[in-house]
Amino acid sequence: MTLDERVTREKDVLRTAALEVAGVSHFYGKRKALDNVSFVVEPGSFTVLLGLNGAGKSTLFSLITHLYATRSGKIWIFGYEIGRQTREALRRLGVVFQPRTLDLELTVMQNLIYHAALHGIGPREAKRRAGAVLARAGLAERAGDRVRNLSGGLIRRVEIARAFLHRPELLLLDEATVGLDVKARADIIAQVRALVASEGIGVLWTTHLIDEIAKTDSVVILHEGKVREKGLATEILARTGAPDMAAAFVKVTGAHMHTEANP
Amino acid sequence: MTSVVTARLPRKGFSPVQYAIALQGIVWRESLRFVHQRGRFISALVRPLVWLFIFASGFRAVLGISIIPPYQTYVTYDVYITPGLMAMIQLFNGMQSSLSMVYDRETGNMRTLLVSPFPRWYLLTCKLFAGAAVGVLQVYTYLLIAYFWGIEPDSPWGYVTVLPALFLSGLMLGSLGMVMSSLIRQLENFAGVMNFVIFPMFFASSALYPLWEVQEKSPWLAAICWLNPFTYAVELIRFAFYEQLDLTSLVVDIGCTIAFLAAAILAYDPARGMLIRRGGGVE
Repeated sequence: MTLDERVTREKDVLRTAALEVAGVSHFYGKRKALDNVSFVVEPGSFTVLLGLNGAGKSTLFSLITHLYATRSGKIWIFGYEIGRQTREALRRLGVVFQPRTLDLELTVMQNLIYHAALHGIGPREAKRRAGAVLARAGLAERAGDRVRNLSGGLIRRVEIARAFLHRPELLLLDEATVGLDVKARADIIAQVRALVASEGIGVLWTTHLIDEIAKTDSVVILHEGKVREKGLATEILARTGAPDMAAAFVKVTGAHMHTEANP
Repeated sequence: MTSVVTARLPRKGFSPVQYAIALQGIVWRESLRFVHQRGRFISALVRPLVWLFIFASGFRAVLGISIIPPYQTYVTYDVYITPGLMAMIQLFNGMQSSLSMVYDRETGNMRTLLVSPFPRWYLLTCKLFAGAAVGVLQVYTYLLIAYFWGIEPDSPWGYVTVLPALFLSGLMLGSLGMVMSSLIRQLENFAGVMNFVIFPMFFASSALYPLWEVQEKSPWLAAICWLNPFTYAVELIRFAFYEQLDLTSLVVDIGCTIAFLAAAILAYDPARGMLIRRGGGVE
């Protein structure tokens, strides 16, 4: 092992962030979708990745989940580099994608058992865990329902429950509340925040809706592929001198942000 | 609130049992989808049965097949095309799997599979096995109905010896479908697959007519048929149904399966594949 490799290994071992994105850039052809993006999600923290549609949030999501290869920069999940140690990195990841990813033809329970199998969990244990996560999400009675018959809000809650099935240490949610009514949005945010509090896992919550941010959250503002501001919400407010996050966003990016009332 | 996250993950890898669980889960899911989609199941059966009951019956009156291996006597036309129809079921099933993968990619379902921590080559191979298993089930259902039409192998062992041939041809055609799913960007483009892949592969093969007859009348068409991998799937099944092995077909089928699967794995590799150039199936 060379000195460089030893240093890299030492850094890997010492790296304790739930997620570390370091100098990541990404191109579609000649168009730069991400430009030298860097930020950290600490274990047990709720981090909001805030940006308008087209800011590069979904591209970053695809890189973190290894749907795309990271060609420039590095991404670590609990010290495991996603490009080199993909298996160990993905094992620690729970993901809720923006599009619905449940199989509409199967029941809720069947979807969860399938997901468990994709993480090496056998049917018996999968049923036990599925029963627990569904009960916790208040969905125990819907286990036998065909997903096709569920509302958008319920489908999203099932997806969040599913993301916990393999006991991840980092949860990624990409625009998880898009297309939902006010109550469903509130329920889902509350569900995730409660899980962060009880399980101590790190969460990266991407959104373009500014009213989903709480004062205690860490915030990363992504605009036109670049990180324009990052830190605790209170720190960003102090640095920008803005009265609220919407004003801070305008100051930092020059663009207007969406709210629940004006999505 | 009760915590269900009671233990953190061990640091290393998956056991062979866990690999088996993943395979079982993927096969189970494909089977469930197939059972739930009754229309797909029925159309998969109706298609070859129409060929058998109408097309082959019509030609049976005017066509007989001379003695060619693996047959040891003259056979009627409906007997001749039965292996071709078995392969046709596999061909359509392979393309259906391809369609299903494109659909899954468009709807986002594919991501559930691709963010699994198991190696991507393994996940794609499992999916291929699942598709082939579903295809084999369809073929045996077809053979059951065909039995009452008087189509059967020389001995009941033919039903056993044809199984590995069916599975291998299913793998070959499924892996071809997988490659195509990586090339097709939108579901709407699938009609092109029907016109430019399925029909040419089926008609330019030994499924409907013996190639020695084609050779006499159109050598260039015969050459195309011999270059068509589907021909070898048909012949492998034909010989196996009569408890014989066509070594050339076996070698070609294995070779094509490996080549197509390697191409599919490459296509779905995030670092090198076509998906990244096509937007990765995500927006």
